[in-house]
Amino acid sequence: MLDTHPDLTSDVIFGLGWLYTILFLMNIGWTLRAYNLKLENKFLSGLAGSHIPSASVWAIYSGVLMMTALAHFTGSSSPESFVVRMPGFLKAGVDWFADPVRYFCLSIGLFVGVVMLRKQLVKPTVAWSLLNLSILFLGLSMTDYDFRLIVGKPDNVPIVGMLFILAFFTWLYFKRAVDNDQRIKDGRPLFEQEKNDKILVWPDLVYSELICMIALTAFLVLWGIALQAPLEEAANAAATPNPSKAPWYFLGLQEMLVYFDPWLAGVVLPSLILVGLAVIPYIDFNKRGNGYYSYEERKFAVLTFLFGFLPLWVAMIVLGTFLRGPNWNVFGIYEYWDVHKLEAANNKNLSDFFWLYWPTGEMLGGMPKYNPQGSAAEMVIAILVREWLGIVLVLGYFMVSPIIMALTVFRKFYVKMGFIRYMIMANLLLWMAALPIKMVLRWTVSLKYIVAIPEYFFNI
Amino acid sequence: MSIGEYIRESQVWKSIFRHPAPYDRRNRIVVMLTNFFLHLHPVSIKQQGIALSYTWCMGGITFFLFLVETITGVLLMFYYRPTLEWAFRDILSLRDVQTLGIMREIHRWGAHAMVITVWLHMYRVFLTGSYKPPREFNWVVGVILLVLTLLLSFTGYLLPWDQLAIWAITVGSNMAKATPFLGSEGPGYQLLNVGNYPLITPISDARFLLLGARNVGEETLNRFYILHCVAIPLVVATLIAIHFWRVRKDGGISQPL
Repeated sequence: MLDTHPDLTSDVIFGLGWLYTILFLMNIGWTLRAYNLKLENKFLSGLAGSHIPSASVWAIYSGVLMMTALAHFTGSSSPESFVVRMPGFLKAGVDWFADPVRYFCLSIGLFVGVVMLRKQLVKPTVAWSLLNLSILFLGLSMTDYDFRLIVGKPDNVPIVGMLFILAFFTWLYFKRAVDNDQRIKDGRPLFEQEKNDKILVWPDLVYSELICMIALTAFLVLWGIALQAPLEEAANAAATPNPSKAPWYFLGLQEMLVYFDPWLAGVVLPSLILVGLAVIPYIDFNKRGNGYYSYEERKFAVLTFLFGFLPLWVAMIVLGTFLRGPNWNVFGIYEYWDVHKLEAANNKNLSDFFWLYWPTGEMLGGMPKYNPQGSAAEMVIAILVREWLGIVLVLGYFMVSPIIMALTVFRKFYVKMGFIRYMIMANLLLWMAALPIKMVLRWTVSLKYIVAIPEYFFNI
Repeated sequence: MSIGEYIRESQVWKSIFRHPAPYDRRNRIVVMLTNFFLHLHPVSIKQQGIALSYTWCMGGITFFLFLVETITGVLLMFYYRPTLEWAFRDILSLRDVQTLGIMREIHRWGAHAMVITVWLHMYRVFLTGSYKPPREFNWVVGVILLVLTLLLSFTGYLLPWDQLAIWAITVGSNMAKATPFLGSEGPGYQLLNVGNYPLITPISDARFLLLGARNVGEETLNRFYILHCVAIPLVVATLIAIHFWRVRKDGGISQPL
């Protein structure tokens, strides 16, 4: 019987052969580097009780890669019996994270881990091993039909590339920052201050620019040849695709629609993101860390920015792009996009809790109702009574909590920033925190809206 | 006299380049001052200021990609008609028939790359604290350029007029319906009335302004085409000029104080 969704085909195996060849060559380079620097593998040397050079370990690993590549080239004719593929238990393990709660916890955990372990991560060997692991993960994952389907979509390819590039630059930032932090601690000059003579722009800069432009042009042309721009069937207003996705860079916003109404997720929060970005220079009163990489000197600013960019923006784009399938359900990266997958949605508003589920409702005589034909004032009063708890909570969140924070955790900030600056910063932070807060409330108590006034399309 | 020397000594050459070739220190300085394109740069610069590991080159790459998008975009405009009848067919023909069809690939991948490089540029500027005084305002200009880059990409997404295009724009522009006060399904739109006559309706709200119609249709295609090819690029080009000007005026590329 012909399998219409084959995990492996001859072309895939052959292509992966090239991937492993490239990885093999990269690791040969790394082996030579370890050899030239006469590095020692301390862990294995300790185990064996004798000197074991790093280069020999990398050489053995490279040899395994070479044989893997050869096995792919020679075994590509019989894909059914080919053995190098992603093991089932690993697929199950990765797909276990295909759930908003676990996924979000994972991204927060990674974020915290990177920041905490930055001094270990910036070591070349650790970084190189992680790069190898992620390429091996990608290569092995390509042996899965559903993974190839979603990652191989032309518009998704740039996002995979972006993840690698972003990981690299985040690593580079921490490398430079950890270095500079140590220099400041030791009282040595910053990295940026060493070997910093004035040089002429012609030829040093203009030639770099020229080379860069030529390389980029070649890169774009090759990319254009290798990967055709997507073009689906002609537009048809009658056939709504399932799922309908916004362009990839807006998928973080689309993901917020799960937790917020469109007026917040689609209008207010994006505007606040931009306003928040624009006011950064005016609320960051810290004079240090200007013009060089550092972490210790501006922890709060860096952590806030990284938190907003990595787990709240990029990770949400990844979730929206690779994991959101039909009916906006979450699917594992190795999972088939089943249109009939059902997820129970039984979310309740805070006013439902107050008037229907908690004993307070019975005590106060049930949820307030109004006559739809009655006067507007009557309706507004009924709504305000119905939603009073949510309104008080939201007002308290934005008006009282800045004051409490000014008296406690942000005391120094308040003194240095003054009232207006401080209030702007505090409110922006509260808006940023609103998303994780709403997420947690949704996951734990199935809360839909804190304030639910559908009569005026005003739901929070 | 070699041919090269003959050309460089000619009146025509000297009328274009007003100084000898930049082989010595003096002329390497003069070339930066007298050439229109090069004078965006300073004459000399700190070594670490242009080190790749410091700048990541992302701002420059973004600008270069903007130029690539402009050139490929102009070429694509020769082949593309923004009408319901032709838009999709012209893209098909670019894919299957036209010699310069690869321009569409370069344009699309360049656009994705530009969004990514803008983010990375902003990332780098933040992480080096380069938005701090005296460069605060240039950071704000950069944020506006970020928005415009996203809008350029968003408006361009519609032009192929395939399923991917119209539904992505439908999803994106549906948000405008929920604009507070100005969207026909936004909070508080009922408050904008003249007597009993509502000002905000599905044919007079923010979404209608964006689409030029109740749904993504030919009016939207025309609107997005003009925004994509003329209006936004003009604003972006102006702001890029200001951005570069301010880089120079605010003390050049950031350095430890």
